Amino acid sequence: MSDKLGTPGLPLKVAIVGSGPSGFYAAEALLKSGLAVEISMLERLPVPFGLVRSGVAPDHARLKQVIEVYTRIAEMPGYSYQGNVRVGEDITVEELCQGYHAVLLACGAEADKSLGIEGEGLPGSYTATEFVGWYNGHPDYRAHEFDLSHERAVIIGQGNVAADVARILAKTPAELSHTDIAEHALEALRASRIKEIFVVGRRGPAQAKFTSKELKEFGELEHCDPAIDPAELSLNPASAAEIADPGNAGARKVVEIFSGFSTRAQRAVPRRVVFTFLKSPARITGNGRVEKIVLERNALSGPAMNQSARGTGQFIDLEAGLLFRSIGYRGVPMPGLPFDQRSGTIPNRDGRVLANDRELPQIYVAGWIKRGPTGIIGTNRADSVATVASLVADLPKLSAAGRKSGFASIQDQLQRRNTRPVSFADWKSIDAAEIARGAKSGKPREKFTDVREMLALLA
Amino acid sequence: MTTVVTDNCRTCRFTDCVSVCPVECFHYDDNMLYIDPDVCIDCSACIPECPVQAIFEEDDLPEDKRNWIEINAQRSKELPVCSEQMDPLPGAEERKTALGF
Repeated sequence: MSDKLGTPGLPLKVAIVGSGPSGFYAAEALLKSGLAVEISMLERLPVPFGLVRSGVAPDHARLKQVIEVYTRIAEMPGYSYQGNVRVGEDITVEELCQGYHAVLLACGAEADKSLGIEGEGLPGSYTATEFVGWYNGHPDYRAHEFDLSHERAVIIGQGNVAADVARILAKTPAELSHTDIAEHALEALRASRIKEIFVVGRRGPAQAKFTSKELKEFGELEHCDPAIDPAELSLNPASAAEIADPGNAGARKVVEIFSGFSTRAQRAVPRRVVFTFLKSPARITGNGRVEKIVLERNALSGPAMNQSARGTGQFIDLEAGLLFRSIGYRGVPMPGLPFDQRSGTIPNRDGRVLANDRELPQIYVAGWIKRGPTGIIGTNRADSVATVASLVADLPKLSAAGRKSGFASIQDQLQRRNTRPVSFADWKSIDAAEIARGAKSGKPREKFTDVREMLALLA
Repeated sequence: MTTVVTDNCRTCRFTDCVSVCPVECFHYDDNMLYIDPDVCIDCSACIPECPVQAIFEEDDLPEDKRNWIEINAQRSKELPVCSEQMDPLPGAEERKTALGF
């Protein structure tokens, strides 16, 4: 009798694309499924952990402790890490399907939504992703330069990424120097002349997407005060109803914090963060670079919990030399797979990838590329568990392919393309070297920001 | 700073929180859940998930619930980890309604 798929004689071989939270939680769910599994986790960078490494702000060290959980997952039998492998370039999804029973894409949402307004491309107008990647030492953004010689910066968006960008601009070098912020960013921030940071929301204070925890931090900065015009906190009846809803405790708390900010005494400090609401950027103007943001005032309409912002035709000019847009991420298409341009995700049903509404055999998605860029680290755990449940339910179908050779099937191909896969043991060497570099300057680590540098360490 | 489960969880134990916990810091007994403060990374993902709003950041704890900091710290060390969502306790829905949620 032949072996059943998922037993020691015929292990289920799965390629997971991406090594961020959703990839690791998918690996964990597979490794704890009770099946015999062999996982190759493919990551385009040599270093793992996706946005936990390059998204979570350097001053949020406690959040990064989640890496310990991922390290324990990586040490479970059946797991192997293959960094420095670019799926879609070094190897195609189709090739992975030949070598593995299933391919699970957890490659996140790496692009930004655009504002779609005049002047968006002017020098001085940046995406939050670029800035976050830059201060976190992501190799893709290390060469970026941000002109911090202006006194006012404007951030469009009121979610936690906008909060991170504002806080990093607001903090003093001393507040950041003992974090794992990239050295190049710390140097640039030392020379920053920014005095005022505007954080602009399309809707009102009751609809801001900050978590209360992130927002509270603005009241605890050394050399920066939060500021809000109290008039901006008057709520329309639908918004008042929203925060009165017992199920909406988070928004209620956020509004309370805003209101505390609006009444507190301003200290004599060099910086302030100004929260402003019900405004959308209409255009960005300037002579060869950003000089002015024209904001249109909005009004809310619609029922409580479902209010949308509409322009009123009234405009305000805000002079600023620096603009960051932080209005959400978008996935990028994976060559050979369908893509929904509207949502920036790969179409799927319960994690099974769909082409023209038909399920594509063997291919699954989890995390932001599946559901869009919402939720925080832990949200991806439930999401990945759900996708793995679909995959495991499909075992009878997946077993039709018989034996698969897994990583061995793509090794030659990678060699031919001169790709040097990075193992988890390799990562641990890079990790140790980064920690040693950081120790010299009192930082928890000093990241390598160049892929060549990382690989040279392993030669 | 830590995150704390309080008395609203008692006899409900919905465990929606557990499915979004990135670090498996929840522990359980027959009545409710407890957070291990040495494992929790304060991401707050669990707080909005709780159908009866039993979970608080330490700083937001009402004065009469501050004793739960110690209870979570102690009980979590003695009890097994809750790593997956479980069925709520019998009567949980009725209690949720009674609590006004």
